[in-house]
Amino acid sequence: MGLNCYYMEKEGYQVARLTFSGGIHPYDGKDLSKSEPIREVLPKGDLVYPLSQHIGAPAQPIVKKGDRVLTGQKIAEAGGFVSAPIYATVSGTVKAVEPRRVVTGDNVMSIVIENDGLYEEIEWPEVKPFEELTREEKINMIREAGIVGMGGAGFPTAVKLSPKEPEKIEYVIVNCAECEPYLTSDYRKMLEEPEKLIGGLKVSLSLFENARGILAVEDNKPECIAKLKRLTKDENKIAVKALKTKYPQGSERQLIYATTGRAIHSAMLPADAGCVVNNVDTVIAIYNAVIEGKPLMYRIVTVTGDAIANPCNFKVRIGTNYHELVDEAGGFKQPPVKIISGGPMMGFGIFDLDVPATKTSSALLCLTKDEVSAMEPSACINCGKCVEVCPGRVVPRKLADYAEHYDEEAFVKNNGMECCECGCCSYICPAKRPLTQVIKSMRKMQLAKKKK
Amino acid sequence: MSDLMKVSSNPHIRSKVTTGNIMLAVVIALLPAAGFGIYNFGLDALILILITVATTVLTEFLYEKAMHKKVTIGDYSAVVTGLLLALNLPSSAPWWIGVIGGVFAILVVKMLFGGLGQNFMNPALGARCFLLISYTSIMCNFECDAYSGATPLASLKAGESVNILDMVVGRTSGTIGETSMIAIVIGACFLLLLGVIDLKIPGSYIISFVIFVILFGGHGFDPAYIAAHLSGGGLMLGAFFMATDYVTRPVTKKGQYLYGIILGLLTGIFRIFGPSAEGVSYAIILGNLLVPLIEKITMPRAFGKGGERA
Repeated sequence: MGLNCYYMEKEGYQVARLTFSGGIHPYDGKDLSKSEPIREVLPKGDLVYPLSQHIGAPAQPIVKKGDRVLTGQKIAEAGGFVSAPIYATVSGTVKAVEPRRVVTGDNVMSIVIENDGLYEEIEWPEVKPFEELTREEKINMIREAGIVGMGGAGFPTAVKLSPKEPEKIEYVIVNCAECEPYLTSDYRKMLEEPEKLIGGLKVSLSLFENARGILAVEDNKPECIAKLKRLTKDENKIAVKALKTKYPQGSERQLIYATTGRAIHSAMLPADAGCVVNNVDTVIAIYNAVIEGKPLMYRIVTVTGDAIANPCNFKVRIGTNYHELVDEAGGFKQPPVKIISGGPMMGFGIFDLDVPATKTSSALLCLTKDEVSAMEPSACINCGKCVEVCPGRVVPRKLADYAEHYDEEAFVKNNGMECCECGCCSYICPAKRPLTQVIKSMRKMQLAKKKK
Repeated sequence: MSDLMKVSSNPHIRSKVTTGNIMLAVVIALLPAAGFGIYNFGLDALILILITVATTVLTEFLYEKAMHKKVTIGDYSAVVTGLLLALNLPSSAPWWIGVIGGVFAILVVKMLFGGLGQNFMNPALGARCFLLISYTSIMCNFECDAYSGATPLASLKAGESVNILDMVVGRTSGTIGETSMIAIVIGACFLLLLGVIDLKIPGSYIISFVIFVILFGGHGFDPAYIAAHLSGGGLMLGAFFMATDYVTRPVTKKGQYLYGIILGLLTGIFRIFGPSAEGVSYAIILGNLLVPLIEKITMPRAFGKGGERA
């Protein structure tokens, strides 16, 4: 045992490295909003619900223009197995079912609801006691609640929780890393609702007979680690692991490696390594769905950046317009130049605020400076920094070169598909080359080709 | 709010390190060696350094103007090339050697192959070898006001005794910047601390060279002989400032170790079995040519395919 004892706090857990090779340490900006308690925002204007807020088939609307809906009423049905239903988060009237712009810049078919300001709720159905629920019932509740991966990917959680061989799942990992700079929503949730988080993890664990739970927190959040450790000290199937703070520690594959020492490549699923990984907000949504019988209606959004007057963490009703969030945070103290939906590393740059918060909106970051357009790309000097920081252990410089010359064969042969698009290479590049962007485009084309 | 925001693909933040910062750090790191060279060899050395640097910068500027390209002298890479080349010239060389060398380095070795990042050979070393072949007597004339006679490495090769302390401090004849091991190592430490270079290449280079000297030098494990080989000639300058040149070294981690080992072996072969006492410049240039092959056989394995601990 020896040194291993240090890592093995509880029996049955694998010795983990708690970190991974590569990664970067950007300015984290979390001080702007980390001490702000979560505050609920009541939407005033229309709410917009894109039918594609998740990976998979778009949801199918079950309301039409003119219908009156109540808070918590289902307004769109899952469009297939890999899909998720959508619920109204206010009471009001369906104004339209029409394409609306979303954060990616695409126009997506959406349900628009005119808020009547009454927040009249449906009559919540009775919930069976947790002990009496079967595995299928629990997964069905999670599916019906419309829960998707709220860390950003938006993969339907019920699908994730139904691997082919559930008895082979050994670890249920909660991704509490929150490695994206500026984001503090998971941090606040861990501090304010740790019981729900642990409850949600217990629900997840009940689905897998052979699984143990891991709460994986970056060590820049010692308050959360202490709190979670205290609350789980009598749980022999749940361990809190303090991970080295480094971006992208919360990337699924790196997180699995850091907590269990198992490494999977891009074509494998976490289940292949006996793992299921869910984000903090997702696990709390699981708790709300199974224990309280409530569908996914809220999410926590950090509104921050040096352009925002009062950076905040908001409990936001899904569908709320971003404008309202900025107003609620005191508006702009300086005119923003760049607005990002999500974190600065993997978020989407949006050209104006007139888009709705969706199930995957983790933050709204408003910056007074755009470092990307301020720095002009120059020639690659082969410094190798992109190779050093790449968590996927590929050679971004070469991949970008192949991608720019559309050399598909060399791109695939040199593991171009193993890139996780984390952005470390573009961040670190002294020549300011848009490596991630180029590689990402090529990957998109290759993935589209494979689908055909 | 009618103004549209700026949009771009992720990530939306960039590190503060730029090509210009890095090159400037290298220039600063070369200053101790250059300063000692001026102290050691006098005003001649200063004039030659200034002429050579001015030539490289001007050549890059004029070429880019003539070709209607973006002028890139602001990234200091031409200054690095000029300074490195000058430090590799004997102080007795006439001013036009600096000019010819500077023009050759920038125009032929660097710009004609596409400019910064595209050259397959270190421009300063390419120019030095060109000068060595074309103007052998000038380039090998280390007679100057301060010193007369052979360089310590040549004496060592001839079997004469050398003063190790003088060699480490740099009070010997040789090219302007190569004599002082101390000054070079001070500059190298600065780059190591800044993270501009790491020890992978210099370390494997020096260690493999030492092993080669022990095995084939004919003196066995003789610390004085090894120390003389380490502090003499262009080894330190080459290992820390030229073998680590980003553009012309392998980008893969394993490749860098392999490259260092190859350089160590080549330097050993040239110094011990070759006709000349020196070997660093030719070793590095030959190594430069092997880089594409080295990279090809040392491509890392991806995460999840065995490369997670790389």
